[in-house]
Amino acid sequence: MEVKEKKLNIVGFLCNWCSYAGADLTGLGRNIYPADIKIIRIPCTGRMDPMMVIEAFHKGADGVLVSGCHPGDCHYSEGNYYWRRRYAHLKELLDFFGIDKRRFHASWVSASEGKKFAEVVKKVVTETQDWKDSNSK
Amino acid sequence: MARIGVFVCHCGTNIAGVVDVKRVAEYALTLPGVKYAIDYKYMCSDPGQNAIIEAVKEHKLDRIVVTACSPRMHEGTFRKAAERSGINQYMSEMANVREHDSWVHSDDKEAATLKAMKLMEMSVAKVRRSEALSKMYATVEKRALVIGGGIAGIQAALDIAEAGHKVVIVEKDPSIGGRMAQLDKTFPTLDCSACILTPKMVAASQHPNIELRVYSEVVEVNGYVGNFDIKIKKKASSVDNKKCISCGVCTLKCPSKRAQSEFDEKIAPRKAIYTPFPQAVPNKPVIDREACTFFLTGKCRICEKVCPTQAIDFNQQDEVVTEKFGAVVLATGFDIFDSNVYGEYGYGEYKDVVTSLQFERLINSSGPTEGHVVRLSDKKEPKNLVWIQCVGSRDESKGRPYCSRVCCMYTAKQAMLMKEHYPEVNCYVFYIDIRAAGKNYEEFVQKAQNEYGVIYLRGRVSKIYEKKDKLIVRGADTLSGSQVEIVADMVVLANGLEPRKDAKSLAQLFHVSYDQYGFFTELHPKLGPVETAIAGVFVAGACQACKDIPDTVAQAGAAASKVLGLFSKEKMEVEPLIAKVDPLVCSGCETCYNVCPYSAIEMEDREVSRGNLKHVAKVLDSVCKGCGACVGACYSKAVDLKGFSERQVYDQIETVTQ
Repeated sequence: MEVKEKKLNIVGFLCNWCSYAGADLTGLGRNIYPADIKIIRIPCTGRMDPMMVIEAFHKGADGVLVSGCHPGDCHYSEGNYYWRRRYAHLKELLDFFGIDKRRFHASWVSASEGKKFAEVVKKVVTETQDWKDSNSK
Repeated sequence: MARIGVFVCHCGTNIAGVVDVKRVAEYALTLPGVKYAIDYKYMCSDPGQNAIIEAVKEHKLDRIVVTACSPRMHEGTFRKAAERSGINQYMSEMANVREHDSWVHSDDKEAATLKAMKLMEMSVAKVRRSEALSKMYATVEKRALVIGGGIAGIQAALDIAEAGHKVVIVEKDPSIGGRMAQLDKTFPTLDCSACILTPKMVAASQHPNIELRVYSEVVEVNGYVGNFDIKIKKKASSVDNKKCISCGVCTLKCPSKRAQSEFDEKIAPRKAIYTPFPQAVPNKPVIDREACTFFLTGKCRICEKVCPTQAIDFNQQDEVVTEKFGAVVLATGFDIFDSNVYGEYGYGEYKDVVTSLQFERLINSSGPTEGHVVRLSDKKEPKNLVWIQCVGSRDESKGRPYCSRVCCMYTAKQAMLMKEHYPEVNCYVFYIDIRAAGKNYEEFVQKAQNEYGVIYLRGRVSKIYEKKDKLIVRGADTLSGSQVEIVADMVVLANGLEPRKDAKSLAQLFHVSYDQYGFFTELHPKLGPVETAIAGVFVAGACQACKDIPDTVAQAGAAASKVLGLFSKEKMEVEPLIAKVDPLVCSGCETCYNVCPYSAIEMEDREVSRGNLKHVAKVLDSVCKGCGACVGACYSKAVDLKGFSERQVYDQIETVTQ
């Protein structure tokens, strides 16, 4: 019954306290962004196991976004710092795996940055689409 | 095999107007484990919740997915409904198809419907892996901390204290009173600010349940709702308050002329040993070590010589104490917008361009001029005064698009007071719009114009320049469509409000979120105006958003009532969504022990099989906050997080990418 559209499939991992709330605010402000992203709620970016990102790509995700609280603002004090370090390594590792850097994004979006979240998604979608287009040529 | 029920909410037209809810419900029935699916207009309403309860009973469901709004909004509602239906409350999940779908993809209904189906499917995948969890309880320390001793903090503290609980007020200045103590009169009644504030200050200081900690700051915060461990630093005042009898001789004899009074907005000098204002509470002086001759040169000690009780103690050190609190009210107030940002108004360059707070001090009878409004340049009385509104309000170009809400009113008040004191002066006000929404506010502004003869000009000022001893104010009057030039003796800038400079660092201590300006973010813009996302931390007053005194007092009372609600329980329910270690898998590497921000992991030697001790990690249930830092860090996948387990997240990933 479902008609599969040829759209991007992007997985978003959002921390509960800042970015997930920020994305809620995006909705509250009716800021439109592309529907290609689906969000998985996690308590904190510190909970992110790099394997989750690798798993998403492994299963066929076109892009991945991980978004958390701004440095210094983590609800759990330091979770986003752990994630920041893991991100730095993971980015290089994914590059080594041959996964284009345009497909993997991280951002800091606070609970009051609804508009910013829409901008972040637009950027992730544009870059991932960019990669897809250049790949299909 | 799981028996899952899916409940798709229309949310009126909020969701159903964009998402084809029938199709979502039909699709749900095709998923493995889903035994029942319906769509309904308002799932959160009583009939909606009853429909869930009945469906669970009738179809013997053991877990539910509600496809509706954000779990941050209604997770609690549906967990309670789940519980009432007889299943464990943690066997329910939500799919956020409003905030994350219908509201943001209203341009493409087909895509929004497909996404809603996917989001629902993800939640079904997650709930399949849910476990029943039992409730956990924690004790509540029935003692509140109020940060900020302005009218908001005083009111909140008084309300909590009156209900019988201990309160500590931490104030960074040497006296409580805050901004309201600086003001002359208050709108719209023109009653004297100090006359209504000082009794409250005294009441707070004398209340048996209230303890004042002035000249103090919060430096470290640990713990969580009901059990905060907070470090408070008392800055060295160099005065032994137990000995001081508040005679004031030290201040009188102090020869230092270096410092400018912060209380008088730096238009008057103050001594190095000082109380900020005569009615200060507590009325004990402090030594400003940056201005004190003894601390700068090693000579002087005059205050020490004249003090009749030997209360001066130059060797006093900062003291840090750690105390336990159950709840916190943030009431740090506001600063006024920096006038220097508007170069065209010449603040700082021309002495007779003053800020609104400086004008308050000038016209205040306890101010440095004893209420005689004079020009700061030549001490002459001004004849023509101009107020410029929206200095740092409603100005996108200066990064302040918001309305500060009080400036229209205090401008009218200041102009009226000026006319009352000096009936012959001319008062002009440049404004964009008059925003006087409040009880008797519009009438007040009308009175300023009609009875007091304050002249209102609708337009912006483009430039102020000096000509001899006059200030030429050049602006537009958009109502008559002409350029106007006013030869003024004094210009008052109606500065907008912004959070205190150090509000952000305080927010970071408590992990309270703040907006781009630094105002603390409330839990919900409409339904949670005094709570924050951090349980047990509440906000009151202008630190949350610009507001006037009545609104501040009302919010302070509301914050106090939230604190009292918390304190009314002997034990408080806490989320059991915490980490757990599988001792059989744990390798005892201590990585989790090192990353845990709450020291909630303990290493122990545990008997994993008979006679076989193993060095493994253990989670202290009551300390764990469920952040999952240990889960992300564990090399052997021995730690998992209830409610956000590995299998749940991986199943969601798999569902998205199918």
